[in-house]
Amino acid sequence: MSLYTAIEPEQAEACADGGASVPLWRQEGAEPFVKIENVTKKFGDFTAVDNVSLNIYKNELFCLLGGSGSGKSTLLRMLAGFETATSGRILIDGVDTSGIQPWKRPVNMMFQSYALFPHLTVTENVAFGLRREGVSRSETKQRVAQMLDMVQMGHLGKRKPNQLSGGQRQRIALARSLIKRPKLLLLDEPLGALDKKLREETQFELINLQYELGVTFVVVTHDQEEAMTLATRIGVMNQGQIVQTAEPHEVYEYPNSRFVAEFVGSVNLFEGKVVEKAPGSVRIDSRDAGTTLSNNHGIDCAANQVVNVAVRPEKISISHEDPEQRDNCVRGKIEDVAYMGSLSLFRVRLDNGFEVRVTKPNLMRAAAERFTWDDLVYLSWDEDSSVVLTS
Amino acid sequence: MKRRSTFLNVSAGMGFVFLYAPIIALIIYSFNKSKLVTVWGGWSLKWYAELFKNDQIIDAALVSVKIAVISATLAVVLGTLAGFVLTRFGRFRGKMILSGWTTAPLVMPEVITGLSLLLLFVAMEGMFGWPSGRGTGTVIIAHTTFCLAYVAVIVQSRLVSLDETLEEAAMDLGARPASLFFLVTLPLIAPALVSGWLLSFTLSLDDLVIASFVSGPGDSTLPMVIFSKVRLGVSPEVNALATLMILTVAVGVIAAVFQMRRQHRSKEIQE
Repeated sequence: MSLYTAIEPEQAEACADGGASVPLWRQEGAEPFVKIENVTKKFGDFTAVDNVSLNIYKNELFCLLGGSGSGKSTLLRMLAGFETATSGRILIDGVDTSGIQPWKRPVNMMFQSYALFPHLTVTENVAFGLRREGVSRSETKQRVAQMLDMVQMGHLGKRKPNQLSGGQRQRIALARSLIKRPKLLLLDEPLGALDKKLREETQFELINLQYELGVTFVVVTHDQEEAMTLATRIGVMNQGQIVQTAEPHEVYEYPNSRFVAEFVGSVNLFEGKVVEKAPGSVRIDSRDAGTTLSNNHGIDCAANQVVNVAVRPEKISISHEDPEQRDNCVRGKIEDVAYMGSLSLFRVRLDNGFEVRVTKPNLMRAAAERFTWDDLVYLSWDEDSSVVLTS
Repeated sequence: MKRRSTFLNVSAGMGFVFLYAPIIALIIYSFNKSKLVTVWGGWSLKWYAELFKNDQIIDAALVSVKIAVISATLAVVLGTLAGFVLTRFGRFRGKMILSGWTTAPLVMPEVITGLSLLLLFVAMEGMFGWPSGRGTGTVIIAHTTFCLAYVAVIVQSRLVSLDETLEEAAMDLGARPASLFFLVTLPLIAPALVSGWLLSFTLSLDDLVIASFVSGPGDSTLPMVIFSKVRLGVSPEVNALATLMILTVAVGVIAAVFQMRRQHRSKEIQE
């Protein structure tokens, strides 16, 4: 019981404000709240989590992003105590959690399936955790009512879970997992079962709730958009390892590997060889692009090294006239146009047969119609728009 | 609606006659005034009155109900444990043997079950004096043994379809294993336990073969008494007794069907 923080919402807001200027994860030497040290989990011969080390700080909304089988759920289940690490250790608030049973951890989890008890009413579901803790009936009643009001489900207390819609169940599951005021809340695909519109609304509610309560959230998701909107930082996972840990915009703008670049958003990758290397800039001769590509931010690579140049589709400008640019300009024919409402997607076949994807926002109504099938177009981008990837 | 073919109508009709004609005949003849079972002598409730005056039958019925209640309850407890071990312990040494042994009574001829249990009881009595003699106690043990198999199978199938994250959620919210079991798992598998109990109760009440082997003098169950009575010629009170039993079973079956329908409907809403 004492393991649970008794942070009242007002207090929490105060500390959240205090840390808002410089986030903890950017501060040198800040004490992490969750410390995952060289954790490996094996199921027989299969390595689900492979030597992962990760620091998560207080009040963070950390997203573990990865495809199915990337080990993200296993890592979450180890934090909850449902799985034991084969090697390595996990510290939560400075306490080594190995050997601590799930029911004794200051951690609560919101399950992907919500896992609401079908034989209990909404109120009984939410009260379940408090009753186990030995909280008195009157206090339980009051706290449950308060929590249900917070997720705007106060009027549904007497219903059974099967009488609720998907969105309502999601809120009840959230309320149930927050009622014990855990130090750490684990969310397994929290919005996975909601439709697109509801998901967007709920995302913002979730962020606000997290900010108000000052609870540290760890979210597992396979949806990169969800991770982008929710997270303070994202850990991208692949084959049991964390490939990159960074803030959302960093993951998107400066991916550190081909995998991250391709997994988060869509990207054009040109393979090429480094031909000129100066401090802070690099020129790459690319056969894929059929021209020389240049980039002006510092890259750790050697001359003649084979690298990939990644360019996001929205960073490329498309025009009928030759922009007469020395580097970063290719010519091709529009092969496909997909009108997607707010933007249009073009698939352009270069003269050498390489395919490039370009998106263009439809700022004006007729904007999309200026470019159409079989148009000869020039594609160009700025020196600082691309990223050179060495792995 | 599509018109059904004559063939289907005829076969359905014949099916109903085959299944229900004997039962209807039995019920009608239980109200027969005549002393001869095969001759109709007008309506009467005389055999019902006779039945309730017959101490032998009433005693046997009480013994049967007592045995059925106790062995059904024991079978539910033990069968649930077996079902749990078989679904939740993962793979362990001897799992095949355990699952084979729990389900064996389902396919074993009753004569063999009865005989082997009788031999066991006799051998045990010879070795350490328990169970001394055969009677209600030995019948309860025997019935528990074979009813357990049915309960284990029912509980297993319920546990397999049970969402394990529900139990994880309970643990996550602070439920220790004991409260997890009584507050979450047990209520969720309760329907399986109820149907397991009802099935065991019926099976036990119905059993003649095994009971004949392991029962002792003075502790005859109802089927044993009926069987021995019928061998001396069918008396009309047996018809009355059978009618009452059919009535009881019918009420039970209808209740079970309603219960299942209700569950099915709430499940549909859930999906």
